[in-house]
Amino acid sequence: MQYMFLIYSAEGSGPPHGTPEFDTMMKGYFEFTDEVRQAGILRDTAPLQDMETATTVRVRDGKMDVIDGPFAETKEVLGGFYILDCKDLDEALAYAAKIPTANYGSIEVRPVADFGG
Amino acid sequence: MNSQSEQQVRAAIDRVVRDEWARVLSALMSFCRDLTMAEDVLQDALLAALKTWPVRGIPNSPRAWLLKTAQRKAIDRFRRKANFESKRPDYEHMVQLQQRTEEEDLDDDFPDDRLKLIFTCCHPALSSEAQVALTLRTVGGMATPEIAHAFLVSETTMAQRLVRAQRKIKSANIPYAVPAAERWPERLQTVLSVIYLIFNEGYAASTGDELVRDDLCAEAVRLAEILSSLLPGDSEIRGLLALMLLHGSRRHARSGSEGELMTLETQDRDLWDRNAIQRGRAILISALTDGGAGRYQIQAAISAIHSEAENFEQTDWRQICLLYERLYELQPSPVVQLNAAVALSFAESPEAGLQAIEDISSSQALQDYQPYHAARADMLYRAGRRKPAVQAYEIALGTTCNEAEKRFLQKRLDSLRQIH
Repeated sequence: MQYMFLIYSAEGSGPPHGTPEFDTMMKGYFEFTDEVRQAGILRDTAPLQDMETATTVRVRDGKMDVIDGPFAETKEVLGGFYILDCKDLDEALAYAAKIPTANYGSIEVRPVADFGG
Repeated sequence: MNSQSEQQVRAAIDRVVRDEWARVLSALMSFCRDLTMAEDVLQDALLAALKTWPVRGIPNSPRAWLLKTAQRKAIDRFRRKANFESKRPDYEHMVQLQQRTEEEDLDDDFPDDRLKLIFTCCHPALSSEAQVALTLRTVGGMATPEIAHAFLVSETTMAQRLVRAQRKIKSANIPYAVPAAERWPERLQTVLSVIYLIFNEGYAASTGDELVRDDLCAEAVRLAEILSSLLPGDSEIRGLLALMLLHGSRRHARSGSEGELMTLETQDRDLWDRNAIQRGRAILISALTDGGAGRYQIQAAISAIHSEAENFEQTDWRQICLLYERLYELQPSPVVQLNAAVALSFAESPEAGLQAIEDISSSQALQDYQPYHAARADMLYRAGRRKPAVQAYEIALGTTCNEAEKRFLQKRLDSLRQIH
């Protein structure tokens, strides 16, 4: 079963760029990605650029509305994601706890909907 | 068929539902891997039993009969499903399992999967409300209207809560399994806290007019008994069981003639349930002998000391203070500190108790906690400080939603004002 891991954290809550803590975190990400790839369960992953780069689009009554910024002003922002193939929720939660951002942010685990049958 | 036999059949079915529900349901879960479907087909099987048993008599093993019938119903339902082709592997798995059970001429000894069922219902990915409702429904075999009544919500609300939880189990693929070894201690703690939550909702109903709801207390005890029978080596489960029996032994002494809350100090100790005390003590002793006293065992020990005292004055408060110290080491919460302070106020003096709650008086968590204000008011009163006591009782009154507690606090407040 596929689960999506949405990686959230408040801006500035992680270790600052250029510090040894930042390097440790990045190393943690490389190791984690490596681990899930080796296990053959990695379906997709991507980091996202920061929130200032976000643009939100809405179409209402056929009219397109473009707004600068994320769709909702929240403290915690989406920073990236993984899609992994896991046996069940327990396995997924165990992987979520290994994502470095879990130590200061939050990982939302969502099962991917399967409409194909 | 005469009405006598119909009644007997009804009684037999009621018994089976209560006693065997979880056992049959847990086997059905292994069979069709879908809690909603497992429940539906078990209901179908019960309806079939109502039709068949009065005519053909009650089968030797009602449990095995129900399982077989429910399995057949599950296969029928699967065949009728619109997306049958895509579910073919599941279907074949079921047919295979069913053939095996038919061949073995299934008797009472089919595997007991109730532990899996309990851990699934108490999975931390479900909300605490959902854990409680699911456990009562699925493991306890309590009907949805009964659960709704016990928690004072509408049947629709409770039914929706159950459906949502079942849907999450299915769609997020919450495993139908006992937890992995490294998760075991915290997962078992969750199960115990769900059971204790059920007990407490029954024992100290947070809302409504009745102070004690016997059905929930009894159900919590039954759930702990089931869990203990499945994990006989675990002394903390027995600790919880003992705690609930000992606490529960006082439930009929907890309300006065006007429905007001009676505290330990004012309870008629002749109303205490001696059988429950005896059972609780015996279970506690067996748990303590096995060592590793956890927090439920310590709380049970405190409760046991109360049950030994012939009257309030003879309570061994020193011993209780020591036990609270141990409990605080395991569970350093403001609530434990509050209880320890109350014990100290009796072991030493009300002033000592008031001093002990000094540093938690700013704790945000306790500001809406009725027992904190009531305990503080009582200690102030006993220390002869009437004015602050009146104020504290007034705050306590404002923080409770339980009518019996309100009556108790109002009574205290009235008598204090009279003296003044």
